[in-house]
Amino acid sequence: MKYNIVDDLWYTEKHEWARREGNTAVIGLSDYAQDKLGEIVFVELPEIGAEVEAGKGSAVIESVKAVTDLYAPIDGTVVEVNEELIDRPEAINSDPYGAGWVYKIEIKDEGQLSALMDRQAYEKYVIGEEEK
Amino acid sequence: MRKSKALLFEMSHAGRQGYSLPSCDVPEKPVDELLPRKLQRCEPLDLPELSEGEIIRHYTGLSTRNFGVDTGFYPLGSCTMKYNPKINEEAAVLPGFAYLHPCQPEETTQGALELLYNMEQDLIELTGMDRFTLQPAAGAHGELTGLMVIQAYHRQRGDYKRNKVLIPLSAHGTNPATVSMTGCEVIQVPGDERGLVDLKALKAVIDGTISALMLTNPSTLGLFEEEIEAIAKAVHEAGGLLYYDGANMNANMGYTRPGDMGFDVVHLNIHKTLSTPHGGGGPGGGPVGVKECLIPFLPVPLIDKKGEGFCFNYDLPESIGKVHSFYGNFGVIIKAYTYMRMMGAEGLKQASTDAVLNANYLMNLLKKTYHLPYDRTCKHEFVLSARREKKKGAGAGDIAKALLDRGFHPPTVYFPLIVEEALMIEPTETETKETLDAFAGAMEDIAKEINEDAEKVIHGPYHTVVGRLDEVRAARNPILRWNKEQQL
Repeated sequence: MKYNIVDDLWYTEKHEWARREGNTAVIGLSDYAQDKLGEIVFVELPEIGAEVEAGKGSAVIESVKAVTDLYAPIDGTVVEVNEELIDRPEAINSDPYGAGWVYKIEIKDEGQLSALMDRQAYEKYVIGEEEK
Repeated sequence: MRKSKALLFEMSHAGRQGYSLPSCDVPEKPVDELLPRKLQRCEPLDLPELSEGEIIRHYTGLSTRNFGVDTGFYPLGSCTMKYNPKINEEAAVLPGFAYLHPCQPEETTQGALELLYNMEQDLIELTGMDRFTLQPAAGAHGELTGLMVIQAYHRQRGDYKRNKVLIPLSAHGTNPATVSMTGCEVIQVPGDERGLVDLKALKAVIDGTISALMLTNPSTLGLFEEEIEAIAKAVHEAGGLLYYDGANMNANMGYTRPGDMGFDVVHLNIHKTLSTPHGGGGPGGGPVGVKECLIPFLPVPLIDKKGEGFCFNYDLPESIGKVHSFYGNFGVIIKAYTYMRMMGAEGLKQASTDAVLNANYLMNLLKKTYHLPYDRTCKHEFVLSARREKKKGAGAGDIAKALLDRGFHPPTVYFPLIVEEALMIEPTETETKETLDAFAGAMEDIAKEINEDAEKVIHGPYHTVVGRLDEVRAARNPILRWNKEQQL
């Protein structure tokens, strides 16, 4: 597998990931997404307290190739944002599951999280995308 | 000299002078009498000091680095880099037009009003709409005007719940931006495996809160939305209106009209379809046409026929107001009108015919080498994918750079987003078979080079004034202005 896909994360078909931490979830972009976008030059973060809705735009990611929405994987209220990305958006490229996290939300509905893809399912999905 | 990248500031020599000012022809006064001290600059202006010859060579050198349709093939898909006939320029500088003042009384500007009136009549015929405003300054401005007209229409009917606008995934980026500007919400409509609007998915998201559907036909994939009548019916039945993004109208002239397809509002990009100059920040033109029911909401003034003459009509109480000072960019409208009159109805149809023929010819040449994701007869443009090349190490952006080395302007890359590693090619109607063959040859040559030595391709271009630029650094840390301290 060309892309790094890690355990303990939930993935979406739009290539976001969510990691559960107690009653919150950390949100970011997958390694596949950062590779397809190319070098990221700007990130527009949501505001703390903002309500995000599953499948709706919640942050904006700009690379040299394109400007794209980061869709919220699940519903929630933003409790923290990764302000490091303002000066170092490239962290999403170099460490998408670590320093490149984008924001953290308070989970509204646990069920939404487990309805997303786990590592195995997402791996299959990415292989399918590559073969298209 | 031509390769020199030095800035005027860097070429400066203290005391060198390239100007001689005439002696002052009014009595001189001390600056202090004319301007209070606090408004005066204390330090001398740090202007570069050069000889006249140096300045002339500097700017002449820069001008030779321009690349335009007048110097080479420019297949920038979706942007329509169409040839600008020189007669357009001659018409626009005719003294009777060029020396007019917009505040002149109506009776002294009858010729200009007649031209604007005739232009509107021609656009009505070309598009099948009922009236036009010529005010908007460009396509995106036209979109905003059109959506404001649509919103005004709904509100006038007491229908305040319509705050959603449907946009297909293949749309130009300006469409969602326009929707945001009007305070509405964008609802994306997915495409099907043919690359067309998925009618079923569209029907699933239509409800009583839909204000409009914005559609480009043919789409940014260069494909004609064949089910447009069913699409229009579905939107209209739910009380929504149809907005036609006229970006690709140059594929349809004389064949089909947005008005006949069921659209209620249309904007035209006259720098595309009607051959006025493109880019450089304008001035541009984005006329907006509407069906009968929307006329009351158009910007004022409209230009009406009155007896033998023409007059401004400000009597539209429900108008959204003015969207441009005076009557739009008049000079650009003269150019578009000149083009339409020079071509005539048959000529405009021929332009669309040739644009479509050229695109299909080139597409069929290039699909032998590159992946064509939507392999069907196209209109004026088509989209290849460089995903196979990307896997070998060089993608769409690298192919673009390699084309520069071969004397061609690259196509649009990485758009539309629905095609991975997109190369969006629009040859336009004016190109000859020889030019298209040469371009296809260059593209084949690049594909071969990627097979043999992708590493070489990703470091190009090699023969341009500047080589591979660091686009990432430019975006992350832009230096927008020369600064003496930075140089030291």
